[in-house]
Parts: sequence; C-alpha cells; structure tokens
Amino acid sequence: MKILVCISNVPDTTTKVKFVDGDTKLDTNGIQWVINPWDELSLTRALELKDDASTGVKSVTVAHVGLATSEPTIRKALAIGADDAIRVNADPTDAYNVAAQIAEVVKKEQFDIIMCGIESSDFNSSAVGSMVAEFLGMPSVSAVSNLKIENGTAVITREIDGGKEIISVPAPFVAIVQKGIAKEPRIAAMRGIMMARTKAIKLYEPVAIDALTETAKFEMPAARAACKFVDAENPKQLIELLQAETKLI
Amino acid sequence: MSVLVYTENWDGKFKKSSFELVSYASKVAEMMGTSAVAVSIGNVDEAELKLLGNYGAQKVISVNQDNLKTLDSQAYTSAIASVAEKIGAKVIVVANNNSGKSIAPRLSVRLKAALGAGVSKLPISTSPFTVYKRAFSGGAYADVVLKTDVKVITLAQNSFDVIETANNAVIEKMDISVDAPKTQVKEVQKQSGKLLLTDAEIVVSGGRGMKSADNWAPIVELADLLGGATACSRPVSDEGWRPHDEHTGQTGKIIAPNLYFAVGISGATQHIAGVSSSKYIVAINNDKSAPIFEVAQYGIVGDAQKVLPQLVAAVKEIKGK
Ligand SMILES: Cc1cc2nc3c(=O)[nH]c(=O)nc-3n(C[C@H](O)[C@H](O)[C@H](O)COP(=O)(O)OP(=O)(O)OC[C@H]3O[C@@H](n4cnc5c(N)ncnc54)[C@H](O)[C@@H]3O)c2cc1C
Ligand SMILES: Nc1ncnc2c1ncn2[C@@H]1O[C@H](COP(=O)(O)O)[C@@H](O)[C@H]1O
Repeated sequence: MKILVCISNVPDTTTKVKFVDGDTKLDTNGIQWVINPWDELSLTRALELKDDASTGVKSVTVAHVGLATSEPTIRKALAIGADDAIRVNADPTDAYNVAAQIAEVVKKEQFDIIMCGIESSDFNSSAVGSMVAEFLGMPSVSAVSNLKIENGTAVITREIDGGKEIISVPAPFVAIVQKGIAKEPRIAAMRGIMMARTKAIKLYEPVAIDALTETAKFEMPAARAACKFVDAENPKQLIELLQAETKLI
Repeated sequence: MSVLVYTENWDGKFKKSSFELVSYASKVAEMMGTSAVAVSIGNVDEAELKLLGNYGAQKVISVNQDNLKTLDSQAYTSAIASVAEKIGAKVIVVANNNSGKSIAPRLSVRLKAALGAGVSKLPISTSPFTVYKRAFSGGAYADVVLKTDVKVITLAQNSFDVIETANNAVIEKMDISVDAPKTQVKEVQKQSGKLLLTDAEIVVSGGRGMKSADNWAPIVELADLLGGATACSRPVSDEGWRPHDEHTGQTGKIIAPNLYFAVGISGATQHIAGVSSSKYIVAINNDKSAPIFEVAQYGIVGDAQKVLPQLVAAVKEIKGK
C-alpha cells in the first residue's frame, strides 16, 4: 500500500497577519512557515501505519502544490520521515486548482490512501481533500479521527454530531483528518534531517486549470468593543451587565 | 433559476441551524431576484418539511432512498447535484459543519461551481458575486469572488439570524437514483440528549487556570443554569481534565456562540482561532495582562475559584432558582 499525504505550507499559527498590495496579498515579511498542523498529524499517522508491518503500508509520499519558496517545509516533512516528496510548481491561490493539480499527481503515481487535513490554517476552506476525491471519482471520508488498517482494509472512525461512526471503505480513497488522528506530531530526528538533505523533491509542472475563485481583498477582523471590567469583589454586577446589555441571560 | 439550500436533518428533525440556513438562502435569492428551494435527504415527515417554508423556502424537495441512508459523500453529492441541475440552481447553500464540508467541495467539482467556504455574511455583491469568509483562522477575512455561473456556499454556523416569514412551502417528493455507497457504516456510537457544543448559544469554557479537574463543578453548573454547554482549552483536554470533544480552538472545535465565558484561559492565538466569531466574550482571569482581555467585551480580573461561585449564585437569583 502507498500513502500520499497532502501538505500545505502555512504561516506559523501565532503569526499576526498583515497585507500588502492594496490588501490583496499576505505580507510575507518575517513570517515563519510551517507544515499545516493537521498535515503534520496526518503525516505522523501515515508513518505510524508504515512502522507497523501488519498494515502492508510500504511508502509514505508527501505532495505539495506551491512555489520553490516552500521547499523548506517539504524538507521538514522528509526529515520527519516521509520517503519521498512531490512539488507541483504552482502558486496555490484556489482550492479547486490545488485539488486538480493533486488529482493529476495521483493519476500518474497511483496511491491507495490519500490523506488531507480538515482545513488549512490560512485558507480555511476545508475543501481540497474532498475536491481531490471528486476529481478522481474516489470515495472520501471527512472528519476522520482514527485510521487503522485491519486485514488489508481501512477502518475509519468518523466524528459526527455528538458521537462517532466506524466506517469501512475500499482503497483507493481520501481520508480528511481532524483531531485524534495522531497524538503528537512526530519530530524530525538528526538522522532524518541529514537524510532529508539528500532526498530529491520530484517536480511536476502544473496542468492548465483555471481557478474558480479570486481573492479581491483581505480585511482585518472588525474591531471588538474594549473590555468592560467588573470588580472581582462584585461578580454579580457582571451578570447584571450581561443581562442588561446582551439580553442573553 | 433559483437558490438551492441543503437542509440536513437529525433523526427526521431540523434544528435552528437549518432555519438559519434557509433564512440565509432566501435572502440570497432575494438579492438575485429569485426564490429559495430547500432539498432534504432522508426520512422527514411532511409537517417537518413544511416548517422550512416559515423561513422563506418556496419549495421543499424531499429525496428519500435506500442508498442515502448513511452520509456517503459521493452519494449525497450525486443526489444534490441532480436536484440542482433539475431546478437550474445558480447558488447552492450548505452548512459549514462536518456533513456540509464533506459535500460542498465535491459539488463544486461536480458542477464546476466556485466554492465560497465558511462564509459569514450575505454576499457583498452579486455581480461580481463576492462573498466574505474567514481566513488565517480568524486572523483576517477575505472578500472572495466566485467566478463561475453556478456557485456553492458553505455558511458558517451561528453567523446568520433566523428570519420568519408567512409562507406556505410546496412539498415535492423527487425520485433520484444514486449508486450504492462505497463507504459502509459498521457501527454508530452516539451520545444523545446532550446539548452539542457547536449548537450551544452560551458556552462556559475553562482553561489551565482552573488548576485541576476537581474544580470544574461551578463551570458545569453555570453552563447548566444558562442552558449552555461546556468547553475547554487544549491543555485541559490533553491533561484529561475534560473530554476531548470539549477542546476548542484551531485544532479542536470551532464555535461561534452568542456568549463565550473564558475562565482561566490565557487567550493564545490558537485558542482564539476557535472562538473569535463568538458574539460576546467574557473573560475571567487573575492576570490583568492576559491576552484574552484584548478580545473580551466583559472581564473580571480575579481568582476563578472565588468568582465562579458568586456568578453561579447571581444567575440563580436572577432565574429565581
Ligand atoms: C499548532 C498548535 C495548535 C494549538 N491548538 C490549540 C487549540 O485548538 N486550542 C487551545 O486552546 N490551544 C491550542 N494550542 C495551545 C495554545 O498555544 C495555548 O498553549 C493554550 O491555549 C493555553 O491554554 P490555557 O489558556 O488553558 O492555559 P495557559 O496559557 O496556561 O493559561 C492559563 C491562564 O489562567 C490564568 N489563571 C491562573 N490561575 C488562575 C486563577 N486562579 N483564576 C483565574 N485565572 C487564572 C492565567 O493567568 C493564565 O492566563 C495550540 C498550540 C499549537 C502550537
Ligand atoms: N497547496 C497545497 N498543497 C498540498 N496540499 C494542500 C494544499 N493546500 C491544502 N492542501 C491540503 O488540503 C487540506 C485542507 O486545506 P483547505 O482546503 O485549504 O482548507 C490541507 O490540510 C492539506 O492537506
């Protein structure tokens, strides 16, 4: 079995974002780029599955759609333990376009399990994984909190409102992962870092596919009213304020 | 031409969020000079379907067949895409919840329709069709132009109020054949009767400042008294003080209640990413410089152990309990 983990390159989650060019582009000055947290966890789970010989998982590949500037993030994934990496050389500006590029990669290389995160921390679209599946006519399972392989078949736990479902699905399929998929992200060891330096990142040129959306501009969140403080000696006043002003109590 | 809205049901019933969705779709339809049509999948009785009319749906299409018994994203996509094509839908509105997220992107590809995901307002304009959506995990918002003739929108939860109208929806049963699902649900583990965190209008949430699992009683009591749900920060669920399904934030649940109490929570960006769409945030923290006060509208600088019991007492008094 071959697993593909799709990784998105995002600003570190503590970044306070700013915009340039008439608020149409992210100001990348001083930004630390990281693997999207979900993708780090899905890579971790893929490697755990590979470590367990009974699963029959032979390789874990990472794929990223992005420009050469995101190579350090791809190297990080290799250092953590991915066997190889693919980069599609395109600026990721639209989920539809990104998914179409990944689908092309899958058509050429053939994977049994494709893992995507539930959302990227920059675009927050929750879209790429399901779109890849639809482009390929494959089943997809969303909100996956556990993925096991038992006797060659994938057994998935899906989170639903107030509970869980255990689902079986034939490969190939797309799993869109969320909290629970792995406990802690695996960290690159020295050996991995050394090995990652020499691993080649396979480069694909993008296929011509139009983006369906365009970001006209970014805006900062609406400013919130300043905090009204209530004296700690008189908490009751807080409840009275909430009752009078928010009418929610 | 019309606006199609997919209304999910829970054991044959709709929720307030379904009505918000229909209200939203009706307003979008109005902006486009057309009407809203709802599609329901599964076994929902006529009286329940009729309810959708009260929020502006002119017509409710009901699809019920064996291959749609469990949520298989391919089967559901086929069914909704067929309905959309039959009625010539220009915009398809879906909830931005787990089911919506598994269907909407597939619809986008199937119909080659641009997707606006996690939209939290009515479109800014219909020509070009521009939506307002969350980006950078709440650190910013984006005005996104949907460039295709047909569009798919997922509406962020709790971002639109219900609007009641006097209107009698026509109910139509539609037969749509879809292929047998490839995914098979083997087992369902469900906790019923509990108010879901994502549905709650009031949420009382505790962080590491609560010090120990043993200190949670007043948080639970306050939530119960207010008809709300409980939540927590990530370290709290990591420690096992509270169940994982309460973990709120970027890597947990993203919620948007009307009132969010953050007790002993510092307000790290990753936590705020999950709660920044709350209408009001109330912070209780003994550190005046905690970042949570920058996003809160109401605050008490004080010890949670002392403040919480007094809040509980005050609510009891107001509610006459
Ligand atoms: C990739 C990534 C993703 C993450 N995702 C999430 C996420 O989804 N959700 C999340 O919550 N975190 C997340 N985190 C962790 C986040 O960065 C913070 O560490 C976490 O939110 C802190 O939790 P806390 O506020 O409960 O604890 P702390 O930061 O320890 O804050 C405790 C607060 O309690 C106050 N306090 C102490 N004693 C009292 C008292 N007696 N009375 C009142 N107040 C008191 C303190 O002043 C302090 O402000 C993530 C981190 C990373 C790196
Ligand atoms: N540029 C990209 N390259 C590869 N995978 C991506 C890219 N963008 C998003 N993904 C994948 O899609 C998931 C969801 O992203 P999004 O649809 O942007 O919220 C991410 O967690 C990744 O697994």
